[in-house]
Amino acid sequence: MRRTLPIAVLAALSSALPAAAQTIYPLDRAEILAGSLFDFKVEFPGAPASDAVSVTVNGEDPAKVFGAAASFVQKEDGLDHSALIIRGATVAKPGRYEVVAKAGDKTRTVAWEVFGTPARTARNVILFVGDGLSVTDRTAARILSKGLVEGRYGGELAMDDMPNMALISTSGTDSVVTDSANSMSAYTTGHKSCVNAMGVYCSRAKGTLDHPKVETIGELVKRKAGMALGVITNSEIEDATPAGVVSHTRRRSDYNDIVKMFYDVKPDIMMGGGSPNFLPKAVPGSKRTDEENFVEKFKADGYAFVSTATEMRAAFAEGRAKVLGLFNTGNVDGAYDRKFKKGTTARFPDQPDLAEQTRLAIDSLAKSDKGFFLMVESARIDKYKHSLDWERGVFDTIMLDNAVKVAKDFAARNNDTLIIVVPDHAHMVGIIGTYDDSLPGQTPREKLGVYEKSKFPQYKPDADGYPETVDLPLRLAYSFGSYPDHCFDAKPHLDAEFVPAVAGAEKGTFVANEKYCQPGAVRVTGNLPATANSGVHAADDVLLTAQGPGAEAFRGRLDNTRVFRTIVTALGLGRE
Amino acid sequence: MVTVARIDRRACLARLGRAGGLALGFGPALGFGPALGFGSALAWAASSPALAAAAGDPVAITFEGLYKSFGVLGYQFADPVVALTGRPVQIAGYMAPPLKAESDFFVLTREPLAICPFCQSDADWPVDIVVVYLAEASPLVTAGARVLVTGRLDLGSWTDPDSGFVSQLRIRDARYRRA
Repeated sequence: MRRTLPIAVLAALSSALPAAAQTIYPLDRAEILAGSLFDFKVEFPGAPASDAVSVTVNGEDPAKVFGAAASFVQKEDGLDHSALIIRGATVAKPGRYEVVAKAGDKTRTVAWEVFGTPARTARNVILFVGDGLSVTDRTAARILSKGLVEGRYGGELAMDDMPNMALISTSGTDSVVTDSANSMSAYTTGHKSCVNAMGVYCSRAKGTLDHPKVETIGELVKRKAGMALGVITNSEIEDATPAGVVSHTRRRSDYNDIVKMFYDVKPDIMMGGGSPNFLPKAVPGSKRTDEENFVEKFKADGYAFVSTATEMRAAFAEGRAKVLGLFNTGNVDGAYDRKFKKGTTARFPDQPDLAEQTRLAIDSLAKSDKGFFLMVESARIDKYKHSLDWERGVFDTIMLDNAVKVAKDFAARNNDTLIIVVPDHAHMVGIIGTYDDSLPGQTPREKLGVYEKSKFPQYKPDADGYPETVDLPLRLAYSFGSYPDHCFDAKPHLDAEFVPAVAGAEKGTFVANEKYCQPGAVRVTGNLPATANSGVHAADDVLLTAQGPGAEAFRGRLDNTRVFRTIVTALGLGRE
Repeated sequence: MVTVARIDRRACLARLGRAGGLALGFGPALGFGPALGFGSALAWAASSPALAAAAGDPVAITFEGLYKSFGVLGYQFADPVVALTGRPVQIAGYMAPPLKAESDFFVLTREPLAICPFCQSDADWPVDIVVVYLAEASPLVTAGARVLVTGRLDLGSWTDPDSGFVSQLRIRDARYRRA
């Protein structure tokens, strides 16, 4: 589990930065969409006065270049630096921009590329994010849903059968390994960010909402093109990936602020879990700290509020163009738990499926005469891999693929929709063979067949591609490369998501969950720090597939910010 | 040994009605789970909790029986629980990882929260929690331990002036022991 760092720690970290020269945001090598909005900030260590510093952009006054007033704060937040800030800066003219910041004998220079876009080629863009989707998940989903016989598959995944492909690198500004907030932020803003942040550069400011902002794709398509906008996920709607479409915060757990940011942008369709942050404090079950009732506010603005799949279908059948769907207090149950009635399905028995949500949302958004941008996330692929529960993760990969197929069927009607399927980061996973219960012995390693002993398992998929059971005597050996202490029996967790580790005696540490330490299981000593209770992300590049106008840009290896650039280029959002 | 009065499941289920307020999309109403296995468990009539409480014995309540409805738009406390407001009650649950080794305050959860199931948030509590205010600051047991809490039931939205923590259900003047 990655916890959000407390503010005190963040402040300590940022003040521990080398007392080098000035820091300029956006950072060096930023690619900025012409006409997009961003906050310009320069931080001067040592808190000099304004008359002791100078900043130029291509040799000119930044306020003049950016068309917005500058403010200078000495000792920002009482810290040992001064800040020059221009909120809502914009640059219309494409080209190279060099920013020079001087203070005393220290000079810092950064260069940006401001890029324009040619005429719009795509009417619509559908961005599918498989959270934590590794290549292994595509392979496993293909084996489970299409079958593998004599080394050949019985069919293609919809996401594999796309003409364009690229490797995407995912690191953020602060670390080799990204989290879902800053990786999504690269897709939605074209700027890199740091762990736990989206829609901002991570500066020295204390307040989580005070950092220099960059405009998100949700804001851009509304402001520049008046397009319809949809956000669908099976996580809490405030979680990092969906929130990345609209929000600006240094701390992804600012759920209550993020709800307000959704309200400010007003996507036409929003669907996910996480209702407690919409409810006023007085309502039992609320997680707000104020009396705002965002369900009522959205309703007052013409939204149909739905909390079950049945209500969702009815709202779209009535032709409601604005729909807020919150189907669970937490995350929406994954495909496995909905199929087998586990998880929270007793409490929430009528939760929708991502593929159906995608179909209904596309049909509704497509009525917009200005096109639409839709983000669809299969969120729990990542969450289940954190918990080392691969079957549930692969079920949600199959669900993602079903949603991709819906989008491809829509796009086939007229080739004007760019479809992108992309993970936000990887996990360290791989298929190393099969487990065969008929082999002699008691422990997982005795049951493991590798190389020529890894025989093809016979998963029996239903019409939607989901196996009727994962509890086969011969089944995949899907292996995790990063893990806490846990007990491992190489068997699927049929009744509830795996919980590998629980809190240990020493505060902040985790030990194997004894519930699973039964005969036949082995104790595995974690290879992660003792403070980890689940697997972690990996820095591996991830595989993007795409089709439609603009998709030809996806080839070779690309930086994650290029996903944004390709989207806004296809939509022509950089034209004056 | 304290005598614990048992809330009879049938009596509670008979009282499960919608009491207005929250309107939409509630999940199935939840009945009371089995009462805890200690003390002399007697089958009481519907008025028994109040009778028992009046007698000074704490009434056993369970996480499973706290709500009559629980959905996307919030939850409603079960009538028998509401009726116990201000009375001595007893509930078993898991102590969430405490912030300090010794405190007069901790959070009780239905499941061990050691796991905070893969949330990436420092404020990600389950919705159904009970906040426990101890009669006096005590050393707190290792997180994940099942504990039995006895104290006075306090219902309604309340914001802790020290921590800003918002809670809907509290056990005050409480003491606890390992269950």
